[in-house]
Amino acid sequence: MEAAAEPGNLAGVRHIILVLSGKGGVGKSTISTELALALRHAGKKVGILDVDLCGPSIPRMLGAQGRAVHQCDRGWAPVFLDREQSISLMSVGFLLEKPDEAVVWRGPKKNALIKQFVSDVAWGELDYLVVDTPPGTSDEHMATIEALRPYQPLGALVVTTPQAVSVGDVRRELTFCRKTGLRVMGIVENMSGFTCPHCTECTSVFSRGGGEELAQLAGVPFLGADMAPPPPLCPAGSVPLDPALMRTLEEGHDFIQEFPGSPAFAALTSIAQKILDATPACLP
Amino acid sequence: MEEVPHDCPGADSAQAGRGASCQGCPNQRLCASGAGATPDTAIEEIKEKMKTVKHKILVLSGKGGVGKSTFSAHLAHGLAEDENTQIALLDIDICGPSIPKIMGLEGEQVHQSGSGWSPVYVEDNLGVMSVGFLLSSPDDAVIWRGPKKNGMIKQFLRDVDWGEVDYLIVDTPPGTSDEHLSVVRYLATAHIDGAVIITTPQEVSLQDVRKEINFCRKVKLPIIGVVENMSGFICPKCKKESQIFPPTTGGAELMCQDLEVPLLGRVPLDPLIGKNCDKGQSFFIDAPDSPATLAYRSIIQKFCNLHQSKEENLISS
Repeated sequence: MEAAAEPGNLAGVRHIILVLSGKGGVGKSTISTELALALRHAGKKVGILDVDLCGPSIPRMLGAQGRAVHQCDRGWAPVFLDREQSISLMSVGFLLEKPDEAVVWRGPKKNALIKQFVSDVAWGELDYLVVDTPPGTSDEHMATIEALRPYQPLGALVVTTPQAVSVGDVRRELTFCRKTGLRVMGIVENMSGFTCPHCTECTSVFSRGGGEELAQLAGVPFLGADMAPPPPLCPAGSVPLDPALMRTLEEGHDFIQEFPGSPAFAALTSIAQKILDATPACLP
Repeated sequence: MEEVPHDCPGADSAQAGRGASCQGCPNQRLCASGAGATPDTAIEEIKEKMKTVKHKILVLSGKGGVGKSTFSAHLAHGLAEDENTQIALLDIDICGPSIPKIMGLEGEQVHQSGSGWSPVYVEDNLGVMSVGFLLSSPDDAVIWRGPKKNGMIKQFLRDVDWGEVDYLIVDTPPGTSDEHLSVVRYLATAHIDGAVIITTPQEVSLQDVRKEINFCRKVKLPIIGVVENMSGFICPKCKKESQIFPPTTGGAELMCQDLEVPLLGRVPLDPLIGKNCDKGQSFFIDAPDSPATLAYRSIIQKFCNLHQSKEENLISS
């Protein structure tokens, strides 16, 4: 296995977490962004790597659209999102001259860019690097895992919605994780229910039961709002639909800061806490 | 995995092995020798095969999870309600094949006959093909790189015995990559009628859908229209409407105006849609009076009208 082309670019990154699904549109980018913000609020230095080359959503979610990427002596400088430089982002979205321009690339070209993203971005010292992925089990995923393997990722968060149609795809992603030796840290069930703002009735808009089923199938924890230590078949843990969350992401604001009263806030901060608890202590 | 230069012109392009970006590529000699340049005979074979297929429609998005497969399935169900119309539904989402589940065909297998692979029939006039039928377990992951996925798509188009078909509906995965390039390439000489593009009202979807529209224009794929899915939610208890996915930048309507593409319609979120897809049933049967069913029917009607008038324009021009 080839060592990193640029020595040290990921050496300062303590923990790498991949956010995967298999199914599209379940909220990987949303969960990645919110996880990064929550970890930052817990005092951590966080980077986000957006390897969804066809649909790079994260720049907009963090209000960073249109930012330019610069070269420094160690490679590409990630885009810092705050003055304290506690949260940084690299996405192919920054490389597109026109935001409506489609990245119509076949596998080999995608693989080459992902390798560059992993080895040539000068992340510096980070506590966590959250890697957002596109749906599927193909070129981007294999390239990402191959490039990150020397740095021993902490594991993967696997995201689903409650629907059986989602579970059908995501269970294949669990097989992918097993085959590539990537530890599944837990299942996140997103879009679990919607509370009507008029009458507070909660409706299962996208069916129910998917997250629980997947956690049982895979024998992994079900992450989410429940703070109690989970038994192997934990029935808790889900992130509800919250239009306020969606609005803040569209507008590039910090949801964790703006909506601590939201039902999604509790679930998202709980997921972040579970990650913090599952992170092994580092030697100084 | 072989290293490929950032600006690889493509192994089968005229510049293969000769471009500036080819210098230093381990495959340079191979490409320059012309080994990669043999024309793909499959394109001719597919053109022949597609002679019995009157209309080919792609269902695209760019964004994942907006309801492409749900729409493809229900477009198929809707068109197949006319027993005299023969419908074929092809699922080219190789990594995440949802169509078998949505059509109630999970666990079905593909049979081969002398004339090719037989589609799996839901009704006498509605046949389906998906990589899902080739997998022996629901846990099997299809961990394939681009070239292998392209090979599968080629086989689906060349080797499936569709017979006489009025509409071939092709459900695609999210993105603008191998699968999309391949299906457009393989069907180029067989004439694709056009694409229906699905979005939700959110900007995060529209952002990707604009790219998809851009892709269609680049590869000269006509756009029949856009469907805005998950557009509003009616609470089953109080019947009041909310926006779960707020159209913060004007939704599909504004995008369609800006980009001059038709808006075929908007489908509201009905929890019964998800439940029926999970059960593999047509949502139209379970909820015939739902605003979502009415929206679908109106969209299908508009699709037929637009599509027919395009045909008439082509014939008269």
